[in-house]
Amino acid sequence: MCAVFKREFRSYFSTPIGFIVLAVCYFFLGLYFSMIYTFGSPEVSEVIMAMATVIVFTMPVITMRLMSEDRRQKVDQALLTAPVSLTAIVMGKFFAALALLAVAFAPTVIFEIIVLSYVSVNIMSYIYALLGILLLGSALISIGMFISSLTESSVVSAILTLVINILVLYMSSFAGMVNVTWLANILEKAAFINVFDNFGANVFSVSDVVYFVSISAAFLFLCVRSLDKRRWA
Amino acid sequence: MIEVTGLSKRYGTHLAVKDVSFNIEKGEVIGFLGPNGAGKSTIMNILTGYLSLTQGKVAIDGYDITEYPEDAKRRIGYLPEIPPLYIDMKVREYLNFIYDLKKVKFPKKPHIDEIIRLVKIEDVQNRLIKNLSKGYRQRVGFAQALIGNPDVLILDEPTVGLDPKQIIEIRNLIARLGKNHTIILSSHILSEIQAVCKRVIIINHGQIIADDTPDNLSNKLSQDHSLVARIVCAEQDMLDALKTVKGVKSVTSLGRKEDNSFDFLIEPEAGADIRGEVFKRVAARGRTLLSLTSNKVSLEQIFLRLTEATDNDEARRLLGVAETPQSEKVNIEITDGDTVTVKTENSTEEEK
Repeated sequence: MCAVFKREFRSYFSTPIGFIVLAVCYFFLGLYFSMIYTFGSPEVSEVIMAMATVIVFTMPVITMRLMSEDRRQKVDQALLTAPVSLTAIVMGKFFAALALLAVAFAPTVIFEIIVLSYVSVNIMSYIYALLGILLLGSALISIGMFISSLTESSVVSAILTLVINILVLYMSSFAGMVNVTWLANILEKAAFINVFDNFGANVFSVSDVVYFVSISAAFLFLCVRSLDKRRWA
Repeated sequence: MIEVTGLSKRYGTHLAVKDVSFNIEKGEVIGFLGPNGAGKSTIMNILTGYLSLTQGKVAIDGYDITEYPEDAKRRIGYLPEIPPLYIDMKVREYLNFIYDLKKVKFPKKPHIDEIIRLVKIEDVQNRLIKNLSKGYRQRVGFAQALIGNPDVLILDEPTVGLDPKQIIEIRNLIARLGKNHTIILSSHILSEIQAVCKRVIIINHGQIIADDTPDNLSNKLSQDHSLVARIVCAEQDMLDALKTVKGVKSVTSLGRKEDNSFDFLIEPEAGADIRGEVFKRVAARGRTLLSLTSNKVSLEQIFLRLTEATDNDEARRLLGVAETPQSEKVNIEITDGDTVTVKTENSTEEEK
């Protein structure tokens, strides 16, 4: 797992992808931070909450090549014939993407320090928001990885992931159009953005954490199965 | 070292590998031969655990590939048809990655240094793989297979795309590695197999059609003593004249080749040496014999014959080829109108 993790993480920076994603994230972080700070709310958590949209657009870029590229270049023959389990390969790649996300949000630590040096704010709200964005990110990464494992083309993977990301994040918008109450309820409650917003409300809820963790686990499991399925095709 | 019993692989409705069984002892160097799409790569992919099997059993050093995949895979170095390289990595970086991936126990730097030296990629070790030529990529792929010093090496067409000098180098390398490794090597090039392998398995339509030493295969070929004669003559005249030569089974004209001369394919009866008689007959007719060459069936040709056999007539002819006075058991299975299998099983004295 470590070998795969190291390779994938490094490969983000041997291609422009890592730099582009970081640049986009840093740009919006800086923009939101200065805007929110100027308008008088010294909460870094709000900066992070505002980043959800940016994440939706950057995560497909991070995950598009993760599985599909191996298959296209036939490198999967080296991975799958090495004495490692499929789970280890998938987890290595997942954590590499998650690590890049963490790097993208590292500057918020500096933001928080700057804020703390001027006013006293509740540091827990920052930590909840950071946890929230990482959990949201991991759910989106695992979905993206699964989609990437279904195709050999990273472009197809990116576009499909983007569409699905938007759907799962904002599916509550469809709640009003549905007449069936229980379905509207599900759309409302399960929409990633609503669950994610709870992390910004400064209330820690185990169920929200469990929700994102189980989504990630489910799609990682599907990703492993999809790799395995190819061997049986 | 490698035991394969009743191996079958089905892709949807297509049966790519049908009931293949063979055993490979420790230290053997085996050549897999077969036309494209014969199932060589599929069998290799199954042996290395890249593909699953539909039926049968594969054991590497006693470890079943489906039950103990990690133990089995640790004993295998695999160079697939297309070397599995991350083109955005540098050569050494990539080899370090493979070393970590395979969880090798040897000290890292000396081990990788040795392999780099062995496959002669010192010059390019700090270059991006994407900028390497096909030959170097192939060697990096080779290096990748050697990492961890596995007992079994499975090489799928290791010399494809290399220049003649590189082919010889890789061939020498395989020969050297063959001293302390078990190697399976696939190729379309028979001379290559002949140069390094002590045993050849010919595969066609997913089945083993021959399993023998290259020498035995060659012997079979040399049973065929047909001649090609180029004679300055009138075509029909000479055909009639040659047909009556003692020991000649059949004569066919191959047509006009040079001015006034014709080529004839002369097939002798089994075991007869007719060269002298043919010369005398031509001389007696007052014609000029320009050349007389033995139309020895090359290894390539028998390979083609074996692998192209698709009907019953073909099979009977093959039987003639296979039924040489060597101590071999030949089974011919004619399963249906278009599938013909010739199985040649080695008898006792060979290999031992």
